[in-house]
Amino acid sequence: MSWFVDHLDLVWTRTLQHVYLAGLPLVVGLLIALPLGWLARRYRGLYAPFTAGFGLLYTIPSLALFVILPGILHRQILDPVNVVIAMTLYTIALLVRTVADGLGAVPDAVAQAATAMGYTRGRRFFAVELPLAVPVISAGLRVAAVSNVSIVSVSAIIGTQQLGLFFTDGFARSFYDPLVVGVVACIVLALLFDLVIIGVTRALTPWVRATGARA
Amino acid sequence: MIAGIIDWLGDPAHWAGDDGIPHRLLEHLWYSGLSLLVAALIAVPVGLAIGHTGRGRFFVVNLAGAARAIPSLGLLFLMVLWLFPKLGGDAAFLVPNLIVLIVLAIPPIMAGAYAGVEGVDPAARDAAKGMGMTGMGVLRKVELPCALPLVFSGLRSAALQVVATATIGAIAGLGGLGRFLIDGLHVNDYSQMAGGALLIALLALVVDAAFALVQRYAVSPGLSGRFRTRPEPGDQPMDVEMSVGQHRVG
Amino acid sequence: MKLSKVVLTVATAALMTTAACGSGSGNSPLDTSSSSSSGSGGGSGGITVGSADFPESQLLAEIYAGALQAKGVQVNKKLNIGAREAYIPALQDGSIDLIPEYTGVLTQYFNKQAKATDSEGVYTELKASLPAKLEVLDKSAAEDKDAVVMTKKKADELGAKSIADLKGKSKDLVFGGPPEWKTRPTGLPGLKKLYGLEFKSFRALDAGGPLTVAALKNGQIDAGDLFTTDPNIAKNDFVVLEDPQHLFAAQNVVPLITKAKDTDTITTALNAVSAKLDTQTLAALLTEVVVDKKDASAVAKEFLTKNGLA
Repeated sequence: MSWFVDHLDLVWTRTLQHVYLAGLPLVVGLLIALPLGWLARRYRGLYAPFTAGFGLLYTIPSLALFVILPGILHRQILDPVNVVIAMTLYTIALLVRTVADGLGAVPDAVAQAATAMGYTRGRRFFAVELPLAVPVISAGLRVAAVSNVSIVSVSAIIGTQQLGLFFTDGFARSFYDPLVVGVVACIVLALLFDLVIIGVTRALTPWVRATGARA
Repeated sequence: MIAGIIDWLGDPAHWAGDDGIPHRLLEHLWYSGLSLLVAALIAVPVGLAIGHTGRGRFFVVNLAGAARAIPSLGLLFLMVLWLFPKLGGDAAFLVPNLIVLIVLAIPPIMAGAYAGVEGVDPAARDAAKGMGMTGMGVLRKVELPCALPLVFSGLRSAALQVVATATIGAIAGLGGLGRFLIDGLHVNDYSQMAGGALLIALLALVVDAAFALVQRYAVSPGLSGRFRTRPEPGDQPMDVEMSVGQHRVG
Repeated sequence: MKLSKVVLTVATAALMTTAACGSGSGNSPLDTSSSSSSGSGGGSGGITVGSADFPESQLLAEIYAGALQAKGVQVNKKLNIGAREAYIPALQDGSIDLIPEYTGVLTQYFNKQAKATDSEGVYTELKASLPAKLEVLDKSAAEDKDAVVMTKKKADELGAKSIADLKGKSKDLVFGGPPEWKTRPTGLPGLKKLYGLEFKSFRALDAGGPLTVAALKNGQIDAGDLFTTDPNIAKNDFVVLEDPQHLFAAQNVVPLITKAKDTDTITTALNAVSAKLDTQTLAALLTEVVVDKKDASAVAKEFLTKNGLA
C-alpha cells in the first residue's frame, strides 16, 4: 500500500503518541487501583459502594470527559494531559473491582499459612497475596489496555494527536487509505499491549508454568 | 457547572419534540437493543456450540479477542464510507452503526456462552448421559440452564458496552443520547454535553440493573440458591472472568 | 515474591513510562507536529497554528505554517480542533495562537448585530468586533462561503434558483448541515429570519463534509450546507442557490492571531501569503487535497514554492 509507505513516519509518530496516551494511564491507573482494591477487600463495607461508584464513572462517555475535565482541572482545552487523566480514571474504574476480586481469590488457607509461617501483614500482601492475584489482575489489565487504545482514538474528534486522526482525515476526504491504516495500526497496537502484558504476567508467575496449571 | 446541568435538565423545551430527551432516549435504546439482539442471535449459538463440542475454540476465541481490539470510531467511519452510498433513507445512517455495535457485542456474549457451557459440572453432564439424553438433549436440558449465569453475565457486559458506545453514532449523523454530546461539543455548550453524558451513564446503570434482575429470575433457583434461606459458600458462580470481560471501546 | 522479580517489574514499568513520556512530550526526533504537553507554542518565540475540522482549514493552516517556517519562525501545529465554538476558546486560553478564518462568520461570532455584507465592510466591522487580545492580519481575495445546495434534480423540481425561492416550500424539505447550524446566527435561525424558511426537520451531519454530500446525493436531505470551494459540488452537479439577501456575507480568508504572539516577521509572511491567495487558487488546491488525495502539507509546500514564499 503506497500511501502507507509514503507516510510511514507520520504513522510512527502518531503510534508513539497513542502509546503514551493509552499506556501511561495503564501504569498509573494500576498503581492507584491496587491500594483502592485492597481497601475494598479489607473493609467489606467498602466493596459495594466502590464497585457502584467506579462502575458509574466507567459509564461516562469518553468525549464528555475529555471536554469537561479541562474546565474542572483548570487546564488548557487542548492539552493531551486531559486525555491521560481521563483514561487513567477509566483504567482505575475498571481495575479496582478486578484487584479486589483478584485479592479475594487468594485461598484463605494460603493467607493463614503465611501468617502461621511468621509473615507480617505487609509482607504477606506483597509476598503472597499480590503474586497470587496477578493472573486475575493481569486479565483485567489486558481488557483495560485494549479498551484504552480504542477510547483514545475517539479523542481525534477534539483534535488530539494520535492514531485516531487518521480516521477523521480519511473520512473527511472520503479516502480509504489513512482510514484503513489507522484501524489496522490500532488493532496491532492493542494486540501488542496484550502480548506485553501476557509476557510480564508469565515472568511474574513462574509457578503456573511449573505446575502446568492454566494461567 | 452542576448548576448548568440542572438548568439544562430542568428546561421543559429540552424534553419535547424530536430533539427532546425522551425521543433521544428511545432512539438510544432502540439502537442498543437491536444490535444486542442480533449479536446474541449470532454469538449465543456459536458460543454454546464451541463449549459443547469443545471444537473450534482456538480459532473463534482468538477471532473474538481480535475483534475487541477494533477501534469503534474507525470502524464506524469505514462502515459509513462504504455502506452509506449503497443504502437509502434512514437505513444508511442506522446500518453502519448497528454493525459497529454488533461487532462490539459479539465477543463478550460468545465468551459468556462458551465459558458457561465449559464450566458445567461434569457430574451433571454425566448424569444426563446416564439418563439417556443425546447430545442436543444434554445441551438443551442440562448445559444451557447450567450455563445461564455466565451467559447472562456476558449479555450484561455486552449491554453496558453497547449503550456506552452507541454514543459515537451521533458523529455519523445518528440520533440517540450521543446527539447531546456532539451537538453540545460543536457549540461549546458544556451543560448540554454534561447533561447528555449524565443521561447516558444513568441509562447504562438502569440497563445493568435490569439485566441483573432478569438474571436473578431467569436462572434456575437450584443454581442460584435463591430458595435457600442461608447463603452457602460456592453459591454465586465466580464470574471473575466476566467481571473483567466488561470493557468499553468508545 | 523474590526481590529480583519486583525490581524487574518496576524497571519495566518505569522504562515503558519514560519512553512513552519522552515521545509524548515531543522530544523524539520523529515528532514534527506533536502537540507539546506544556500547551504553549513550542517554546520561546514559537507559535502554535490551529485549524478547524475540515480539509480546507487544515490546508490553509499548513500554508500559514509553511510560510512561517520558511521565515525561520518555530511552528507547532494543532490541527483538526473542531468548530469555531470549540477553537476560539482554545485561542483565548493560549492553546493555539493562530488560525485561518473567514471574515463574515467570524464577525458574526463576536458581533451578533453585524450588518455589512461586502468584503471591505465586513473586514472593517470585523476589526472593530474582535476582543482586545486578538487581531486579524490582511485579508486575502480568496473566499469560501457557506451555501445552501441542492441536487440539480430537486432544484429543477422546485424551480429553485435562489434561497428565496424556497419560501413556502421549505416545510416539506429536510435540511442537513453541521450541528452548530441549529443555533448559529448564519445557520437555521438566519434562514428563518431573512428568508422566512422553516424546514420539516434538520439533520445534524458534518461541516460540509462527506456525510452532507452523501446525504444530498442519496436523498436523505433535500438541501444541505456545503462550502463554495467544495469540489464535490461540481463533481455531483449540485446547484448552489443564490443568496440575494446576503445571509452569508463576504467570507475572505484571513489569519486570526493573538496580538501578543504577533511579530513583524509573522505579519509580513502571512500578508504575503494572503496576497497570493484567490478563490480560484484555493479551490484548485483544495481539489488536490480532497479529490486527488494529496497531503495538505505537500500541497501547501507546492503552493508556497510556486509563489516564492518558501
